[in-house]
Amino acid sequence: MTPHQEPWRRREALADLYYMDARARVLDLAAFLDRMDRAAGADDHRLRSLRAALATLADGKPERARRILEAWSDPTVEPAARADTKGATGAWPGL
Amino acid sequence: MRYIEPHAHMVSRTTDDYVAMATAGCVAICEPAFWAGFDRCSADGFRDYFRQLTEVEPRRAARHGIPHHAWLCLNPKESEDLALAEDVLALIPEFLDRPNVLGIGEIGLNKNSRNELRILERHVQLAVERDRLILVHTPHLEDKLKGTRLILDVLRAAGVRPGRALVDHVEEHTVRLVLDAGHWGGITLYPESKATPARAIDMVEQYAAERLWLNSACDWGHSEPLAVPRAALEMRRRGHSAAAVDALVYGNPLRFLSQAPGFRVADHVGGQA
Repeated sequence: MTPHQEPWRRREALADLYYMDARARVLDLAAFLDRMDRAAGADDHRLRSLRAALATLADGKPERARRILEAWSDPTVEPAARADTKGATGAWPGL
Repeated sequence: MRYIEPHAHMVSRTTDDYVAMATAGCVAICEPAFWAGFDRCSADGFRDYFRQLTEVEPRRAARHGIPHHAWLCLNPKESEDLALAEDVLALIPEFLDRPNVLGIGEIGLNKNSRNELRILERHVQLAVERDRLILVHTPHLEDKLKGTRLILDVLRAAGVRPGRALVDHVEEHTVRLVLDAGHWGGITLYPESKATPARAIDMVEQYAAERLWLNSACDWGHSEPLAVPRAALEMRRRGHSAAAVDALVYGNPLRFLSQAPGFRVADHVGGQA
């Protein structure tokens, strides 16, 4: 079997498997942003991280997942002075 | 199907989960020491926990025909208290030679703090001195990329042989860093964070699949003890061969874990590893 005959390398086969799931996730994201728009208050870094990711989704360049994760990451290199919390929010608060 | 669950916190799972995993073809479980959801008050709490990991949990698993193995450490979430951490580090050697113990883990970083780094270095030093395998936890979400880089620096500086350390919870932005350093990488399948089965298989297709494994890391949080066999089914639905699936969910963890003398799989799939 040559590489592009493998089922997981054919676009139609992948669409058959994953399109409905991706469609549902896009609609959930759209509804979430609508919900946030209807609510009072300002965007925080989490909302800003999602809006920034939308541009990456549409830029047509490869490795979107890697690039979005990198954009949401803490860009600093020095260890933190101490751990003031145990949790993480999903996006770097400095965004 | 047969598979190895290389990362599951069974102390927080029910007997029904053991039944489900055995039914799905699980032939070995590996349980790293982790955070209990609250900070323990003293090293005595860890002594009891290490007894649970090396005495109680193997008996529970054996009732379902599954060999159980453990990794020992103080989780990075409790590393901020240096005095407690040193007490626990002093306790670990007492348990290291127990028959189901694979090595030191899951050590690593959580918020990438100086104290977490210091205790990570002490754990790595212990593993190197005792020639034990290492299982590394990488931080969550926005802290993962920075933490992974710091962890790789620590492993390199300590002279850890890359093939003796698995760096867990890799995602698309860290998998290449880990594999390029020569280590093994673990992909954790979680419903919300870490990786979905689809993303995990994407990574397997793109990177060095022979040094990757899948795990559920099921614990007391939102997690799925059957995540590995479900990902295996997903891989088959995508058109991968049964042999490729077996290599990923059985062969790969078998090769890494067999570096620990006590590692074994259930007899019904071929006896001791």
